[in-house]
Amino acid sequence: MADDKDVLRDVWFGRIPTSFTLYQDEITEREADPYYLLLPRVSYLTLVTDKVKKHFQKVMKQEDMGEMWLEYEGTSLKWHYPIGLLFDLHASNTALPWNITVHFQNFPEKDLLHCTSNYVIEAHFMSCIKEADVLKHKGQVINEMQKKDHKQLWMGLQNDKFDQFWAINRKLMEYSVEEGGFRYIPFRIYQTTSDRPFIQKLFRPVTAEGQTHTLGDLLKEMFPAAVTSDDGEKKYQVVIHGIEPMLETPLQWLSEHLSYPDNFLHISVIPMPTD
Amino acid sequence: MSSSLLWAVDVYGRVHTLSTAGQCWELCKDAHLEFKRLTSVQQCCWGIAGDHQVYLYVRCSDVPIRCQEETYENQRWNPVDRFCEKLLPSDRWQWSDVTGLKHQTLDSFRLPSEHWEWEADWYVDESIDGEPTEKGGWTYAIDFPATYTKDKKWNSCVRRRRWIRYRRYKSRDTWAKIPSQDVGPLPDPFNDISAGCWEITDEPRGRLSLWAVSLQGKVWCREGIHHHNPEGSVWTEVTTPGEVVQISCGPSDLLWAVLWEGQLLVREGISRENPKGSSWVVVDSPSTEVGAIHVAVGTNVVWAVTKDRKVWFRRGVNSHNPCGTGWIGMVGEMVMVNVGLNDQVRDFRKSRGIIPLKAMKVSFELSGKTWKAIVVARDENRSHSETANSLVSAGCFFSGEVRVQSQSSCMNDTESSSETERSQAAQSTSPMHADAMKRRIPKVTSDSFISELVSDKERKPGRDGRDDQEEGAPQEQDQESVPQETSIKLLSQSSSQLGARDSQWSNVDLEEAQTPLAAAASDTTETSSLSSVATYNLEEQYGVDEHPLWAWVCGGGCAVDSHTHLNWFNASTGVSSSVQSMSLSITPAQTAAWRKQIFEQLSERSKRELENFRHYEQAIEQSVWVKKGIMQWWRDWKPNKWIDVQFALEQFSGSDCNRDGILFIYYTFNDEKKYLHAFINEITILVPVLNDTKHTFAVYTPERTKQRWPIRLAAATEQEMHDWLALLNLSCCDSRGIHGPPSKQAIWSTTCKGDIYVCEPAPNLEAVPYPLPCDQMFWRQIGGHLRLVESNSLGIVWGIGYDHTAWVYTGGYGGGFSQGLASSTDNIHTQTDVKSVYIYENQRWNPVTGYSSRGLPTDRYMWSDVSGLQECTKASTKPPSPQWTWVSDWCIDYNISGGTDMEGWQYAADFPVTYHGYKTMKDFVRRRRWARKCKITTTGPWLEIPPIALWDLTILPCSSQSSMEEISLWGISNKGDVLCRIGVTRQSPAGTSWLHIGTDQPFKSISIGGGYQVWAISRNGSTFYRGSVSAENPAGDCWYHIPAPPRQKLKQVSVGRTSVYVVDENGNLWYRQGLTPSYPQGSSWEHISNNVRKVCVGPLDQVWIIADKVQGSHSLSCGTVCHRVGVQPMEPKGHSWDYGIGGGWEHITIRGNSQEAPRIVMPVPAESTLEKSGRVAEEGGGDGGRTASISSVLSVKEEELNGNAEYSCMQIMGGTVPASLSLICCLRLAKNGQTVENDFKEFNIFVRQVFIYCLKFKLLPFYFQYIVKYSLVSYGAYIPL
Repeated sequence: MADDKDVLRDVWFGRIPTSFTLYQDEITEREADPYYLLLPRVSYLTLVTDKVKKHFQKVMKQEDMGEMWLEYEGTSLKWHYPIGLLFDLHASNTALPWNITVHFQNFPEKDLLHCTSNYVIEAHFMSCIKEADVLKHKGQVINEMQKKDHKQLWMGLQNDKFDQFWAINRKLMEYSVEEGGFRYIPFRIYQTTSDRPFIQKLFRPVTAEGQTHTLGDLLKEMFPAAVTSDDGEKKYQVVIHGIEPMLETPLQWLSEHLSYPDNFLHISVIPMPTD
Repeated sequence: MSSSLLWAVDVYGRVHTLSTAGQCWELCKDAHLEFKRLTSVQQCCWGIAGDHQVYLYVRCSDVPIRCQEETYENQRWNPVDRFCEKLLPSDRWQWSDVTGLKHQTLDSFRLPSEHWEWEADWYVDESIDGEPTEKGGWTYAIDFPATYTKDKKWNSCVRRRRWIRYRRYKSRDTWAKIPSQDVGPLPDPFNDISAGCWEITDEPRGRLSLWAVSLQGKVWCREGIHHHNPEGSVWTEVTTPGEVVQISCGPSDLLWAVLWEGQLLVREGISRENPKGSSWVVVDSPSTEVGAIHVAVGTNVVWAVTKDRKVWFRRGVNSHNPCGTGWIGMVGEMVMVNVGLNDQVRDFRKSRGIIPLKAMKVSFELSGKTWKAIVVARDENRSHSETANSLVSAGCFFSGEVRVQSQSSCMNDTESSSETERSQAAQSTSPMHADAMKRRIPKVTSDSFISELVSDKERKPGRDGRDDQEEGAPQEQDQESVPQETSIKLLSQSSSQLGARDSQWSNVDLEEAQTPLAAAASDTTETSSLSSVATYNLEEQYGVDEHPLWAWVCGGGCAVDSHTHLNWFNASTGVSSSVQSMSLSITPAQTAAWRKQIFEQLSERSKRELENFRHYEQAIEQSVWVKKGIMQWWRDWKPNKWIDVQFALEQFSGSDCNRDGILFIYYTFNDEKKYLHAFINEITILVPVLNDTKHTFAVYTPERTKQRWPIRLAAATEQEMHDWLALLNLSCCDSRGIHGPPSKQAIWSTTCKGDIYVCEPAPNLEAVPYPLPCDQMFWRQIGGHLRLVESNSLGIVWGIGYDHTAWVYTGGYGGGFSQGLASSTDNIHTQTDVKSVYIYENQRWNPVTGYSSRGLPTDRYMWSDVSGLQECTKASTKPPSPQWTWVSDWCIDYNISGGTDMEGWQYAADFPVTYHGYKTMKDFVRRRRWARKCKITTTGPWLEIPPIALWDLTILPCSSQSSMEEISLWGISNKGDVLCRIGVTRQSPAGTSWLHIGTDQPFKSISIGGGYQVWAISRNGSTFYRGSVSAENPAGDCWYHIPAPPRQKLKQVSVGRTSVYVVDENGNLWYRQGLTPSYPQGSSWEHISNNVRKVCVGPLDQVWIIADKVQGSHSLSCGTVCHRVGVQPMEPKGHSWDYGIGGGWEHITIRGNSQEAPRIVMPVPAESTLEKSGRVAEEGGGDGGRTASISSVLSVKEEELNGNAEYSCMQIMGGTVPASLSLICCLRLAKNGQTVENDFKEFNIFVRQVFIYCLKFKLLPFYFQYIVKYSLVSYGAYIPL
């Protein structure tokens, strides 16, 4: 029987094969070949696309290159969402590789945040972790860590070092058995069909009576349409890390094992493919 | 600690038990008996039933209580009749006891009570001191009071022999009536009963004092209770200065009683020699106006309740001053106090803050009652105060029925708070038989009990009027087994910050509520409801359940630890946790559909997203990662000392994702910066060496192992050390590709610190002639703390802790310090272990003062370790490491070899000589040993196997392909009983129960071989072979004595497939010669090696030992793992040792490793034939019944054999099978220069020859298989089938 630890590895080492194509209107000196990469699901676009930039630099003039931004089928891809989430939300059920269009012009100011350096990503990442820990442990765990531990979390993600990251992150995943779980589960539910960026509320892993809350319980409360529909037909897929966990899955377990490195459970609710 | 029981009586007098491992009340058998009072210890429970008789309930254990009766048959020689029964008139009786003074014929022996039965008839004991004698067990002497010898001499005029017979206590798991006394004054009916005092001796559980109070207020003590006589022998009255109403006896030497007048009595002078004590001292009631009604005693603590329901704690109570110094009033009002167990007396002050409280709630209608578990922590933060508060309120509310059950032991603050919260969160109702009884009328206790509680004051003089049905005031029960302290009152007391709320609750008008109740109750039957009480909204808070009322609870035998997870408090998760508690490797969560789906989907996803895209570039380049720190390093050169160093681990990953790394230690030498390094993939083991001053660990590489000089590093804090160890362990495992739990073939070992290591055997570990060198074996740590581990290749792994608790491996890994990634999430459980720390008190005699602690200047320290070189005072001696906490006080240890006098002293002429237990004129020095218990709480993949404490164990070694269902597992209990475990299978490695195998003497070591050969060693050092053990007859039939090597007492035995090795007390290793299937006992011992501490022989007959005094290039090590090199089927003794990890190793088991070293496969053309012949051989060998295949082999013509060198060889060698076979194989090997084909034809013939040979000599098929296999191996042609 596989151990739960294996899930962590599977999650960490999830890769999305991606093909990067330069936007047709970008000015190039010669034709740019697409560039192919395996993107880590748990990382961030701007953190792992230096190679892409370098690749297209070769065919472009420096002055034509503004801040790089990425787009998939008309949707600007938010770099501050984990890659796996972006894929699940916008591109699941499509053929691989994932075709991303690369832009260097016309930065969509109203859709995207600027990302001038990795420090910005780091700051965003750390603030997510802190927020998650506030939900889980009133922030006690993260606050008791030393600066170097924080750094180790970030370096682990940046360098794709599973062990390095988890050596620290496991402390963030601890809870006392008596409590039956975290204080609140850090989760965010995303949907493409709404303007609202995501749903995030307080939700406990166990009921007042001590019963375990499941993924189904969470959705029932936050997004009932995802669970039930009038005609009984399933209209939505609930996707985390490219899989659809059963609604009976305990939320606490999900939070411990299927959270992204930022310690949030990013849940995509997407319409069922029509075919 | 094994599960223990909480006992309770409901109002109908029925007895229920609640196990710490279970979560629902179980009704005791014997439903026809109604009980009023109980007092329990761990292994039994005493009760007073409605018929005023005392009953004893002995919990069933797999080891029977058996008692040996013996008598001597004496004879004298006369010229006419030779030895005969005719004795001289001055002689002893013809049948007598050992002294000859008492006449006792065989039929004069009677069973002590109806609860005993004879095990068998009388028989003659043929062994003298473990040595068998011939001729019917007679020993001879010149005249009677003389020394007896085994041999008859010319002047032997008398002889005697011993007859023995065993009786067995049969009334277990049932209430056995203690026979009423036919001699001496007959006690009037008993009113209260209390058991205790089991702690004042070192004897095994069973010895205790039972005190009882009769209706007339007299105190009686039951004498002679010990393990072999659980019922005790006689009631003796102990006169008291007044009439006693209630009595309470602590686990050690405290005994308090309450007088009718309200004062308290304290028994003084209770000691090991004088368990009844010497005199009474009267202690005034805590409050001058109101007398005490209740007292509860623990190990070092006394609580009392006065009639106004105030609770008092007695200050300054200890064994030297059993009266204490003064009373301290406690917050809150309670009606009774109960002291539970606490193994740790000393920690009481700290731990009493935490009290799991079991409050029983009785609403005054019959209907409502709920269990509510409450934990109160005294010094906890405010969140707990609510709990305390609710508890107090509960207590006040029910008044009569609050009982505390408590416990706790070494808990520190964090534990306590977590426990508090846990139980706070949980709340449970007692599931049970409710319906049937709920409308019945309470008759035995509850009403009278309650009324009594209530009617305190007015009733002072009126006690005589009560009939026995009312129990006396005593509501106290004391504990028993482990000393622990608790009390109901405690709860309130515990929360001093609660003051305000307490008073709020204590204002609830108890008086008013109860008085009418009492009236109603005493009237009888269904008490009218007290609406005033019932309206308290507490009712809803706890929920209303319909269950019988509880009348009495006794937590005495119930040991609960801070870490013990009690299911009692947890109704909702009840079912799953109870399932979990016993299932080993599969928890419900693991089998859940959702979990399965996640695993499946993830692997599908990885496949989908990666499979066709592996050629894509990775977005993140792999890089080097460095982790740095500051440590201290034990310098390699002299003068050795700790120096500060920088420490760095550089990790890098290769293209194949295999991580590797280098460890750097940067130091400064002569102002020059230097460094030392070790490759992670060369590190063979990381050993934490915790002591109280430094947090150190040792890093070994093969080179360092050879030197016996590891890299020793010290971290600044324990946490830092654990972090580094966890990281380094992970790196080492990663670099070697080791993940997950150890395999079934794994080699297990333990260090003298109790740490557990496991090694994955390389296939070439047992290769001949070039096995993997021992020092290259990689060991990783597994959580837990054990003294020894045994395993076999089917994955059955058991261990024994220092406290002799048996544990079974759950299939997990990690635990202990390795958390997070290095640990599995499931299958890790809490584990505890207890061991003793010893120090010695030394004294020298001088003419002025006699023995005193003033020694000569040259003497050792007056308080020292065993060697005398190290000063160890009671105050300065610390637990072995911060992981350990004290759980008892220092006490004199009488169990030391050589014996002691009454005060524990041993005498000698001068210090470094042998000590004896009595004083002579020549003795100028003396010493005594003090012991103190300490306890470790850790985690690991182990589950306890209660209840029997084990000394040794062994598991049948077999091949990993074996399909056997039930696996033989034998153990020795720590009393020396031989046990065979029933129901051990791969699915259920814990088995189900023990089967007791009778022996005439206690044993200490046992081992079972691959062919069910069971060898054991008795405590007196001789060897026994168990006959006729087989899969069908797992217990065998009888013991055969095998003489030890001359002048040696044997210590340990290990049996592999065919080899038998023993170790004696002087560290010699012996090999048993001449073992054959027809004569499995063998013929003689052959000395192999000295300086051996332990031996382990595996399923391939491989031999591994723990050796002492192994010289490395830098230092000498004791406790070193060594491997016998050159062991082959025909050379079972091997030729030399290869040295592995050490020192400080305590135990190793390689009995899981049945992988044979890989061999070169024969060329293709030959293969099919070879395989065929091999298969035939296997079939024939594996199952003697397959005559078809045998006969086909047998059709070889006889003449093929003739003229064959080997055949004649067999004939020449005749009887000694192994010798001739090894000669044959040598011959075969010598010929091995020819071409493979030729050789192969010959080989076929050879196989048949051997087969015939085996048949001819009636060898077991097993032997044939073994010979053929190894012959094939010798040819380099063996293909595992």
